Formats: sequence, structure tokens, C-alpha cells
Amino acid sequence: MLDLQGFGPALLEGTWMTIRLSLASVALGLLLGLLGASAKISGNPLLRGVGGFYTSVVRGIPETLWVLLAYYGTTSIFNYLGSFFGNPYLTLSPFIAGTMALGLCFGAYATEVFRGALLAIPNGQKEAGLALGMSGPRIFWRITLPQLWRVALPGLGNLYLILLKDTALVSLISLEEIMRKAQVASNATKEPFTFYFTAAMIYLGLTVIIMAALHVFERRANRGFVRTEL
Amino acid sequence: MVARFLPALLDGMLVTLELVAVAIVVGLILAIPLGIARASRHWYVRALPYIYVFFFRGTPLLLQLFLVYYGISQFEAVRESIFWHYLREPYWCALITMTLHTAAYIAEILRGAIQSVPGGEVEAARALGMSRRQALQYIILPRAVRIGLPAYGNEVILMLKASAVVYTITVMDIMGVVKGINSQTYQFELFYLVAGVIYLVITIAFTQLFKLVERWLKIEASQKR
Repeated sequence: MLDLQGFGPALLEGTWMTIRLSLASVALGLLLGLLGASAKISGNPLLRGVGGFYTSVVRGIPETLWVLLAYYGTTSIFNYLGSFFGNPYLTLSPFIAGTMALGLCFGAYATEVFRGALLAIPNGQKEAGLALGMSGPRIFWRITLPQLWRVALPGLGNLYLILLKDTALVSLISLEEIMRKAQVASNATKEPFTFYFTAAMIYLGLTVIIMAALHVFERRANRGFVRTEL
Repeated sequence: MVARFLPALLDGMLVTLELVAVAIVVGLILAIPLGIARASRHWYVRALPYIYVFFFRGTPLLLQLFLVYYGISQFEAVRESIFWHYLREPYWCALITMTLHTAAYIAEILRGAIQSVPGGEVEAARALGMSRRQALQYIILPRAVRIGLPAYGNEVILMLKASAVVYTITVMDIMGVVKGINSQTYQFELFYLVAGVIYLVITIAFTQLFKLVERWLKIEASQKR
């Protein structure tokens, strides 16, 4: 049943690639988001400026364009780097370019989520940590981060669902993910509806799984907290 | 170099703006009944719009675009119908897909807005003898519009950025024009950056415009309860 004229396994491979791409992008994006948020709430005006520039420029330009810029736009930079290191044909792989582009975009939105969450943690807790003799990094790791996670999780979950759909854009630079596999299969079989519709169902299936996982994460992160109900 | 292609880029910009403008206006019109139905007390009224919204919010716009442009032609009934005249045109396919896509998002915004109208206000309307329909028409919807407007503004900007995929079915929007220029000049870095600046300028202009509208309508004051 799931054979789909022999293209079933290919679609599965594509699904796995989509999952890997989305996870790699989230990892990069979370890092950029934490850095961005710390920069934006820091006392240093230069850092605040850099953070503001990052979020407004990245969020003002389409994800599609970031993907193309990361792949085609960096050609001459990489050719130059390549000839410097003795490999004139050096280019970014579609996977790395896609991860960079999607991570960059995720990071810009995550910056805002983290910023809101950081501001939601009372300053007294950091002061208490200092009073107990904890170092800055330890306060961040033991006090700030666990609470940050709890407050930021719903926002980050939404961003991950958006990112999952944006991974389809990386098919434009020929990464063999679901969208690209569906394209290849429909060109070969002349049954575009069948394959694009199957791909749509796969995205919906992944969405459902992610939503269920987020629900579990949120319950875990909220242990001991009473939810405000209206 | 860039100056030579300015007229073409301007044309592309107009195509992008036109697509987005039509999609967000027609999408809003489609979304009003969908959003109201989504907020219904009856599950059988909620069910169909839910499936619609789930499908369009859960799949990538690029995929929806290909489903409409390439996918539908798989069925002979479509190729022989009177709609084929439009459905084989990339421009119309882009417009139809974008409209259906954004309608799903706007319907969700509207549902959220309707559900966050304070319950006391609805009760007050009912206590004054308004029917359910009157309460919806005079109290709930006007209130929901103000609550939902900031989110609608965001959706317009997201749609503007999402529209950058329509070049893949040969629509000559900003990206379509840039793709054409790139295949002539091979200046990928330069013209992708130019496209980026164009999008950035449009999004900033839209953001400011929505801020103005919100100030005119005194949205912030109306949010206080």
C-alpha cells in the first residue's frame, strides 16, 4: 500500500532528511536565539544594537531568499576560500546551507521569545544566587535556564512547527527532503497530485507528532506550577 | 548595474504587492465565516473549518502551490472544465493558493479574537435583550476586529515573505525577476541582496503603516479591560 509505484521508500528517506534538517536548524537557531536575547537585554548599547539589527534584518527578508543566499549567494566567497585552501570548487552542501539559513531565521524569532522569557524571571532570583556565592555561568545554568525553558517552550514550539514547513524551501537548492522526493516522483510518474498529496500528509503527520511531544515537554516543564485559568 | 534592471525590479515588486493585496483581502472575506464557524458551540459546525485550517496551516505553502499548479492537472475532469483556463496560468494558481493559505491563518486569528472577547460583555448584550445574532453583529465582531488587528498585521507581513516562493511556478514577482536577471548576469550575490533590500523596505513600510492604523483605532486603549 505504501509502495507508491516504488517511490514509497524514497519518500521515507526524504522524511528522515526533513527531520534531520529541522533538528539541526533548531539546534543552531536556539543557540543564536539565546545569544540574540542576551545581547538585546544586555547593558552594552553596542550589543543591543547588534541584537536589534539581527532580528529586524532577518525577519524582514523572506526565508526563501535566505536559503538561496546561503547556497548561491556565497558561491564566490567559497570559491575564494577554496582557492586559498587549494580546492577551487569548494561550495556549501545544500544541507549546511539550508541549516544555516533556517537556523538564522529561527534564531531571529527565538530571540524575541527568549527575551520575553528572560524578562519574566524575577531579578531577585539572580541576586539570591549571587548572595549564595554562585558564579555567573552557574546562576545561568542552575537558575535562569530551567525557568527560561518553561516560559519559552510554547513560543519555541510554535516556531518549530513553522520551521518544519520552511524545510520544504530547501528543496529549491536540491536537498533530497520530502518535497524534493515528491517532485522527483511526480516527474517520473506523471502523477503529481498523488505524490504532493502524500507529502502533505507526511507534513501533517509530523506536525501531529511534534504537537504531542510539545504537550509532554510542557507538562514536564510545568511540574509544580499551577496553570492560570481564565 | 542595478540601475539597468530597476524597471524590471519595479515590475516584480508590483506583482508581489498585487498578489499579497488580493490574497489578504479575499482571504479575509473567506476567513470571516470560517472563523465564526470555528468558534461555534456545535462540534459539527467546527469540524469542517477545522480540517481546512489544519491542512493549510500544517503544510508548506510551496507544497500547496505545487499541489494546485501541477497536482490538479492530474485529473481529466479539471482539464476539461471551464476553470482550466485559469488553473493552467501560474499567476492565477499563485493567487488561489495564497488566498486559501492566508484564509486559514486569518480564520484562526479571528477565532482567537472572538474567544477572547470578555464574557461579561457578551452577557451584558444578551441581558439587554439582544439575540445571539445581534450580539455577534454589534458587540462580538467589532470587538474581535480590534483584538485581532495586530495579529492580522503580522499575517500580512508573513504572507508578503511567504509569497517569495511563487517564482517557482514562473510567476514574475520580485524573486522571478531576480532569477531572470541572475541567469543573464551571474551576479547572484548582488541581486539576491538587492531583492533582500526590497523586501526589507516593504516589510518596514508595512510595519509602520500598521502601527499608524493601530494608533488611529486606539487599539491599545481598547485592549485594557
